Amino acid sequence: MNSIVNIVIQGVLLGALYALFAMGQSLMYGVMRLTNIAHGDFIVLMVFILFALTNQGHVPLWAAIPLLLLIAFGAGYAMQHALLDRVSGRDPLPSLVVTFGLSVVIQNVLQEVFSADPRALATNGFESMSLSLPGGIAIGLLPLLTLAVTLAATLALQWLFGCTSLGRAFRATSDDREIVQLIGVLPRRTFALATSIAFVLIALAGALYSMRTAVSPSDGPGLLLYAFEAVVIGGMGSFWGTFAGGVVLGMAQQFGFFFDPGWGIWFGHLLFLAVLAVRPQGIFPKTA
Amino acid sequence: MSIDFTNMTMHERDFEVRRATRLSRMTVPVLVIAVLVIASVPWWAGRDNLRDFTQIAAYLIVAMMWNLLAGYGGMVSIGQQAYFGIGGYAMLVLANYFGLSPFVAVPIGGVIAVLIAIPVSRLAFRLEGGYFAIGTWVIAEVFRLTVANASWLGGGSGTSLTALEGVPRSLRESLTLWMALAIVTAMIALLYVFLRSKRGLALSAMRDDAVAAHSQGVDVKRARLLVYLVSAGGTALAGGLYFVANLRISPDAAFSVNWTAYAIFMVMVGGLGTLEGPIIGTVIFFFLNKFLSDSGTWYLIGLGALAILITLLFPKGIWGYVSQRFDLHVFHTGRRVVYVKTRTTGC
Repeated sequence: MNSIVNIVIQGVLLGALYALFAMGQSLMYGVMRLTNIAHGDFIVLMVFILFALTNQGHVPLWAAIPLLLLIAFGAGYAMQHALLDRVSGRDPLPSLVVTFGLSVVIQNVLQEVFSADPRALATNGFESMSLSLPGGIAIGLLPLLTLAVTLAATLALQWLFGCTSLGRAFRATSDDREIVQLIGVLPRRTFALATSIAFVLIALAGALYSMRTAVSPSDGPGLLLYAFEAVVIGGMGSFWGTFAGGVVLGMAQQFGFFFDPGWGIWFGHLLFLAVLAVRPQGIFPKTA
Repeated sequence: MSIDFTNMTMHERDFEVRRATRLSRMTVPVLVIAVLVIASVPWWAGRDNLRDFTQIAAYLIVAMMWNLLAGYGGMVSIGQQAYFGIGGYAMLVLANYFGLSPFVAVPIGGVIAVLIAIPVSRLAFRLEGGYFAIGTWVIAEVFRLTVANASWLGGGSGTSLTALEGVPRSLRESLTLWMALAIVTAMIALLYVFLRSKRGLALSAMRDDAVAAHSQGVDVKRARLLVYLVSAGGTALAGGLYFVANLRISPDAAFSVNWTAYAIFMVMVGGLGTLEGPIIGTVIFFFLNKFLSDSGTWYLIGLGALAILITLLFPKGIWGYVSQRFDLHVFHTGRRVVYVKTRTTGC
C-alpha cells in the first residue's frame, strides 16, 4: 500500500517536471501551429548555458537563473524572428526539417564545446533535502519546488491567454494570421513574443532539470518525446490538460520503473499509445 | 502562353500529350547498362567497392521511401527507423532461429514490416502534421526499447548474424551486392511505372495539393495508407540488406533516428517529391560520409546546417532547381500538353 502511495507521489512530482517541459511546446503549437523538433535540445542548451554561467562565469546561482531567463527571452525572440518565421506556414515540412536540423546542430555543438559527459548543477545539497512523511515516504524539496513552479506557470499561462490583451492577440493570430492585421496586431511580433515566453518556460524547466539529474548533450530527443506525450495525453490547447498529461505520464513511468528499471520509459510510451488509441482528443480537450 | 482557340475549333486534334523527352528516352537503356556494370563489380573491383555499393543501396532505399512518404504522401515521419530496425531484426530471427537463408529472410522481413505497419498506421494517423512526425518517433522508440529488453535477441548490446558463417566471404559479399542491386532496380522501376500510371497521377496530384486532389475524386486517405505501407516495407528491405552486409545488429544501431535524419538530408538536398532527387542526394551524402565522417561532431553540424540552408534557400533541392531551370526530366513521370501546328486540311 505504502509503495503505491509512494509511486503516485513520486509520479506526480516527476510528472510536474514533464509538464513544465511540455508547456513551451504546448504554447508554440497552440499559437503558431509549429512543432519544434529541437524543443528538447533547447532545454539542454539552456542547461549548458546555466553551467557556463555558474562554472565558467562564476555567477552565483541566485543571479544566474534570472539572467538565464533573460537570455532565453531574447534567444526566443531572435530565433522566431530570424528563422522560424520563415518556415511557419500551412505546410509543416519546412519547419520540421529546419527544427530537426537545429536539433542535430545543437547536440553536436554542445558535445564539441562541453564534451559528451553528463554533468549536474551544484546546489549545495538542496537537491537531496527532503520532508519525511509518516510511512517512510520522503518528498524531496526540489521536486516540491518543481511542482510549485509548474503550477505557477500553468496559472500564469491560463491567465495570460484568458485575461490579457496579449493573450487575446495570441489566440486571434493563431486563428487567422491575415485578419488580425486589420485590427492592429502584428503577427511577426506576436509570434516572436510567444516564442520568447516559450523559451523562458524552457529555461525554467532546464534549470530545475539540471538540479535534479546529470544532463548530457544528447538528452534532448528524450525530453522532446516526454513533452510531446504530455501535451497529447492532456489534450491539445489547454494548459491544465498539459499539466494533467505530464502528471499521468510521470506516474506511468514510475509504475514501470517500480516493476523493472528497464521498462519505465517503455511503459510511459505505451500509455501514450493507449491514450491515442482510446481517447485521441486527450484527457482535457479544450481550446484555450 | 497564348492559345489560339479559333484554330482549335477548326482542327480537332491540335495538341498532344507528351510523356517523354529526348533525354528521358535515354533513361531506360542507360539504367540497363548501369545495372549490368554494377552486377559485374565482383569480377573486377575490390571488396571495398562491394561494401560501398551495398551501403549506398541501403541509404538510397531509405531515402526513396522517405521521399515517397513525405514528398508524395505529405506525411513527414521521423520514425522510419522503426521499419529499418524491424527489417533487420526480422531477417536475423528468421535466419538465426528458423534456418532460412538471409537472402530469403530479407524480403520476408519486408512483408512482416508491412503487417506491423497496418495496426501502427491506425495509431499514427490519428496525429497530423508535426505531431504525426513526433508520434512516429515515439512508436520507433517503443520498438527499440522492446527489442533492447528482449534478452533472447541479445538485449541492448545486440547480437550477430550466425546463419552465414558457413558461406565463403567473397560469395557472401557478391550475393549481398546482387540482392542490393535487385532491390534498388526493382524499386526504381516499380516507382517509375507506378508514377506514370493513372494511380501515380493521382499520387502526384496529391503531392501538389491534397485538398484539390480530393475534390477531383482522389481517395486521399486510401492513397496515404498505401504509401505508408509501401514505405514501411521498402525501408524494412533496406534494414535487412544493411544488416546482412554488416553481420552485427544492436537496437541502438537498427532503431537509430539517424536513419531518418540521413533520409531527410538526402531527400531535401536532392529534391523532394521527385524520383531523381533521392538518387542525387544519396550520392552526395555517400561521398560526404566517406570523406568527412572522421570529423565527427563537425561533420554532423555541417549536415544539419546544410539541411537548414537548403530548406530555406532551395526548398526544391538540387534536382528540383535544375529540372525547373533547364526543363530536364530523367524519369519522365509527368504529362505535358503540347500544341502542335497541324497542316490545314480542307481549306
